Amino acid sequence: MSAVPRVVTMVIDGREVGAQTDQTILEVAREHGISIPTLCYLKGLSPIGACRMCLVEIKGQAKLLPACVTRAADGLEITTNSPRLQEYRKTIIELLFAERNHVCAVCVSNNHCELQDMARSLGVTHIRVPYRYPRFSVDASHKRFSADHNRCILCARCVRVCDEIEGAHTWDIMGRGIDCRVITDMNQPWGASDTCTTCGKCVHVCPTGTLTEKGVAAAEMKKRGQFLPYLTAMRGAKE
Amino acid sequence: VVDVSKAKAPDKYVICNADEGDPGAFMDRSVLESDPHRVLEGMAIAAYAVGASQGYIYVRAEYPLAVKRSGWPSSRRKARPAGRDICGTNFSFNIDHPAGGGRVCVRRGNRPHRSPSRAPRAAASAPAVPGGGGALGHAHADQQRGDVRQRGAHPAQRRRVVRLHRHAEEQGHEGLRAGRPHRQHRAHRGADGHHAAGYHLRHRRRHPRGRRFKAVQTGGPSGGCIPEQFLDMPVDYESLAKVGSIMGSGGMIVMDETSCMVDVAKFFMEFCMSESCGKCIPCRVGTAQMYDLLCRISDGRGTHANLELLEDLCDMVKHTSLCGLGQTAPNPVLSTLKFFRDEYMAHIDHKRCPAGVCKMAAPSEVHA
Repeated sequence: MSAVPRVVTMVIDGREVGAQTDQTILEVAREHGISIPTLCYLKGLSPIGACRMCLVEIKGQAKLLPACVTRAADGLEITTNSPRLQEYRKTIIELLFAERNHVCAVCVSNNHCELQDMARSLGVTHIRVPYRYPRFSVDASHKRFSADHNRCILCARCVRVCDEIEGAHTWDIMGRGIDCRVITDMNQPWGASDTCTTCGKCVHVCPTGTLTEKGVAAAEMKKRGQFLPYLTAMRGAKE
Repeated sequence: VVDVSKAKAPDKYVICNADEGDPGAFMDRSVLESDPHRVLEGMAIAAYAVGASQGYIYVRAEYPLAVKRSGWPSSRRKARPAGRDICGTNFSFNIDHPAGGGRVCVRRGNRPHRSPSRAPRAAASAPAVPGGGGALGHAHADQQRGDVRQRGAHPAQRRRVVRLHRHAEEQGHEGLRAGRPHRQHRAHRGADGHHAAGYHLRHRRRHPRGRRFKAVQTGGPSGGCIPEQFLDMPVDYESLAKVGSIMGSGGMIVMDETSCMVDVAKFFMEFCMSESCGKCIPCRVGTAQMYDLLCRISDGRGTHANLELLEDLCDMVKHTSLCGLGQTAPNPVLSTLKFFRDEYMAHIDHKRCPAGVCKMAAPSEVHA
């Protein structure tokens, strides 16, 4: 591991860009105004490469690589938006819509939802895969917040922000495969959690209407995630 | 690929993955239960070659005898494969054997781990030689002949343990020298059963029980089905990859005409679906959707659009999944579609299972 980052040149979508070796492809692309869609990535949290939306093609590599965790290297030729990638991204969105019960019209996050925005920007107009209609509960036991598992996309942002930023690690993921869901403590009701500090960070990093404040009606839940870059910047300055 | 022998690090590791999770795979088990020294010695040889001082055997917890024997006191033999100053040299090598968690993908917190990397954290980031129990077991045998060869060596020189089942005439294990054609293994004597009797396969293709050979499935749930026309193909990593299958865990399932290929694909997809850790979307939802589509097709409710969607999902899950489980999960579907598409069509167009395995849904349900 070289401790000192080097300056390298890469080509992203035909444009030559300068980068440092400690940056990820996603960071470099965004710095240069090239947009790569993401769902699980959130600046300030550790990247996990789970949603596979940010997959990019790199010339000479057979595999598609997630831009959020792939480091910049000299001479990479990256394509971020080929027809093939667009097709895969659309299918991922379709799979997410079919996985749980996403009903935008009655959702508190209607029009403020990252899943909905993503579907719109990628041009997902219909879902080809059969809807699964699973039965999921709503946990409204917390005095200020509620969790509706029907709208969860398992991006694990709540898990990471609670663990990495708040340090409480109230949230985690239970189960495997299609039966996964986020839980508080050891699968106790959120209201009964004795680790939850009621800080609300999870609510405001949640990309969909899963974690919400109580007392909002349909389309009223605007998320305020501005605290995260601020907090990470302040902590970085201290260290 | 990192050349571990040249890597500079204070600690290097040899990791033996003996947590075979594939359905019906008992290769690592047979080696570890019957001759654990073979694996221990194989690891010691690998460790000596790369300069590693610590080894881990990740043993499947469901194999209590293998767990016990992989930790056998090394003093039972004069030439101890592990410990201090092995065989009078100044080379020391320690082996630990953590037991598995009963899953293909082990998830910790929000990070999944495929089984072998469950060895302590330090090992995960240090240079390590991973190898399956079967392969490491044969390092010992190869070394006695004067050459240590593993994957990456000349294809014809590698050895593997394979296991034959289902409709094979003689089920069991065979230590095979990679490169021999399928037909010469017991697989051939399985469903076809003529090599030993001296018949040429083209002349009599009947099973002793009167059934015809259909396919060999190799490599477990990540592998593929190989039809009769490739029976003369050598069994090695490259040739298997050429026909869309893999050596994988070394399991070989011989199937005769009473096996339905849609049903086989469905079986493996169910396995992948239940073993998916759920971290990435393509594997978590994709395998579940593919399983549902295969169920529809197998019970006669499938349409051509379903088949088209299934193929799209196969392509997408294969190329976008995070780890090897999802990346290889579509293989059984892709290979059965490649060689046995007519069986899928029979289920869709004629609502009929040619092998007589799949139960068709009642007509009222078909149009529902």
